[in-house]
Amino acid sequence: MKDATQGRVFGRTQLEDLVIVPLFALVAALFLGALVMAATGVAPGTIAQSYAALLKGSVGSIDAVSETLTAALPLVLAGLGLALGFRAGLFNIGAEGQIVMGGLAAVVAGVALADFPAFIALPGALLAGAVTGAFYAGIAGWLRAATGAHEVISTIMLNLISFRLLDYLLRTPLIQKEGRADPISKSVPDVAELPKLLTFLDANLRLHAGLFLTLVMVAAAYWLLFRSKLGFEFRASGENAIAARFAGMNAGLTIVMAMAVAGALAGLAGANQTLGVLGRATPGFSAEIGFDAIAVALLGRSHPVGVLFAGILFGALEAGGRQMQVDAGVSIDLIGIIQSLIIVFIAAPLLVKAIFPWGFRKAGTGKGRS
Amino acid sequence: MQVELRNITKRFGPVVANKDVNLTIEPGEVLGLLGENGAGKSTLMNVLCGLYEPTEGEILIDGRPVAFKGPGDAIRAGIGMVHQHFMLVPVFTVAENVILGIEPVGRFDHLDLKAARAEVKKLSTEYGLTVDPDATIETLPVGVQQRVEIIKVLFREADVLILDEPTAVLTPQEVDEFIQIVRSLCDAGKAIVFITHKLNEILEISDRIAVIRRGEIVGSGDPKKLTRPELAEMMVGHPVDFDVARAPFAPKEVILDIQGLTLVRDDGAVAVDDLSLQVHSGEVVGIAGVQGNGQSALIEALAGLRRPVAGKVTFDGTDITDASARERHRMGIAHIPEDRQRAGLIGNFTVAENMVLDSYYGPPFAKGAGINWGRVEEEAAAVAEQYDVRTPSVHAAAAHLSGGNQQKLVVARELSRDTRLVIAGQPTRGLDVGSIAFIHERLMAARDEGDGVLIVSSELDEIMALSDRILVMFKGRIVAEYAPHEAPVDKGTIGLAMAGAAT
Repeated sequence: MKDATQGRVFGRTQLEDLVIVPLFALVAALFLGALVMAATGVAPGTIAQSYAALLKGSVGSIDAVSETLTAALPLVLAGLGLALGFRAGLFNIGAEGQIVMGGLAAVVAGVALADFPAFIALPGALLAGAVTGAFYAGIAGWLRAATGAHEVISTIMLNLISFRLLDYLLRTPLIQKEGRADPISKSVPDVAELPKLLTFLDANLRLHAGLFLTLVMVAAAYWLLFRSKLGFEFRASGENAIAARFAGMNAGLTIVMAMAVAGALAGLAGANQTLGVLGRATPGFSAEIGFDAIAVALLGRSHPVGVLFAGILFGALEAGGRQMQVDAGVSIDLIGIIQSLIIVFIAAPLLVKAIFPWGFRKAGTGKGRS
Repeated sequence: MQVELRNITKRFGPVVANKDVNLTIEPGEVLGLLGENGAGKSTLMNVLCGLYEPTEGEILIDGRPVAFKGPGDAIRAGIGMVHQHFMLVPVFTVAENVILGIEPVGRFDHLDLKAARAEVKKLSTEYGLTVDPDATIETLPVGVQQRVEIIKVLFREADVLILDEPTAVLTPQEVDEFIQIVRSLCDAGKAIVFITHKLNEILEISDRIAVIRRGEIVGSGDPKKLTRPELAEMMVGHPVDFDVARAPFAPKEVILDIQGLTLVRDDGAVAVDDLSLQVHSGEVVGIAGVQGNGQSALIEALAGLRRPVAGKVTFDGTDITDASARERHRMGIAHIPEDRQRAGLIGNFTVAENMVLDSYYGPPFAKGAGINWGRVEEEAAAVAEQYDVRTPSVHAAAAHLSGGNQQKLVVARELSRDTRLVIAGQPTRGLDVGSIAFIHERLMAARDEGDGVLIVSSELDEIMALSDRILVMFKGRIVAEYAPHEAPVDKGTIGLAMAGAAT
């Protein structure tokens, strides 16, 4: 297989890096999760039962798969944006805020386009989400490029601003649902909704057309990163900003563009939630997806295909975790612990290699230099 | 103490780094170990200092075989290595660095820094090293830091000192001082292994020379009887032509005109001060000078990476003072950056990606918003071939190439298109003889085709070999100008100007 990540044949090193390390990280995290349960007095039988429930709740039925994918879609979309940012050397913490702004804008646009047919209303609402997310993230990019303000700080602050802005806007007459006193938006009209895909099987299955949107975006992100001029600039700036500048690339513009593209994808993740799952915007509707997506991007090694699989894994953990709580009475917080442990292991590949030495080529066969 | 390497072979998997090497190191003698980058010099010495275990063969000290399990064993046996990259704690003093790892302790585990300082002082005077034990490392010039590394090895009572490319980081004056130090160590009965790829130095410093190529000792001899071309041929494997062939000097119109250029460093200090110079088409202008006299800032400004605070730069009649790097690139200005790894290449990018780093955006490589990678790879393979960039494929990461091939890659990228002015900073720093000759040839070819060429280098030999006109830069100004094609120029005269004597 030829992989354009490095523009060379997909080799053993990439296999270790992209597949084996994450896989072992998952195994190690599940094992430690079991230890945590055992240490807190959960009986071995219950531990086995909870992991069985995890499996059943994530892939054990059509309903489980539907829930897994539904949970995975926004993680993948936002994770793609973060991955692009990482590749460009930007540590964007602001996906959460971009999801909020994008999701809300999609609702507002959907409501405004209620009288149009679906083929205008839905793309219009999605576009509004993407553009708003791009603009919101672009602020942080512009601050970085023009003033040197670090994007970690500015995106965290933009997150806080977005939460309060959401609470405030949800009470303004333009957005608030008629006749309600609590902060809740008008409902998304049918024409702007992402249609459910599996209602012919069961009316309760939540999987929606955001699936196609997400798959298209995975392909688009791959093309952008590895096949386009802009992606070449992103990767060059991320790998060696000085060499990129010496090669005549515009550093400031690259930063703004990378942030804007990341924001557009996070905005789409928000629109995916409001148009596909929730049908409206409420306080806190972003549900920390933007933060989980950071983990997804890291686990996916900032590679679009990796992000897709990582997002599905995290979606599965979330859907399975709910089942775990129901069947075995184990708190869903444990899933949060397992997710975090996976990232810890991913961040420490040497640790993974030390625990599972047989999955890797022997170290120390590097060539000597004179 | 006599050390003998007998039939040493070192393999890394299928790669043979050293093959059947026999070498004797005698006390009171400087053994020069000469070889190109990647020939296996450092691997061999890492075997000797205990970092690697040999795959086959043995090490004998005074006739007795020894086995080193790690660097500690080698140090205890009296073998010490001074690495190319210093291993010093910048905020510690000289004495603290010297004792690091084997701290002398008094009663109650009290650190006996006094004894350490006395010992450092003693070693310093004994071998003429003149190092203040209380100086903080980060305040010391590179040459002195190197002496601290030598003291570290002496403090551990080494009788055999291995010096890995010791002169690479030194200025010409520091090299002279360094040679003195090596002499005094030798006179005191120490055995010295001097690793280098520089022919002049090895001839000057060694008592005996061994040449290593592709992991094997291919020749050895007495420096008094060997000549530079002979050594170069042994090292490279084929005859090397030191004289760069060039067409008769026939300068045409002014291609680059700098008037009153003033540049300020990031910290506010003036780097280039009201500097004016001209480069003609078909002319090589060499700027000599000790590093840190504003050359880097000048190059960056000419490449469009630094805004001047005053002055005007004209290229072929067009004012380019405020033109961006890309605009200049498009006009046909090639720029070979001083530091290939920091500014010239992206290590994790492939050879193909690096080859189009500054030309990916236009025809023939761009295809709408995308890049035609098939075309890029084709072109990169052809250019790599043409410029002798030795790489397993265009998909290999640039970081995996040797220094010489990395630099040839940069040169290939910059010169393989239609150029009218070439700006080259330290174009051959740290390279082997073969690569140097190749790059010099290419720069000269650009001149012969009618390009203006501006070379900035701290290697005076390089400046003298290439330049039609030599300018000396000192404290941000041009302080002297020589025209070798009119009257021969003496190296010493230029050296004095470089030291500021002309002002």
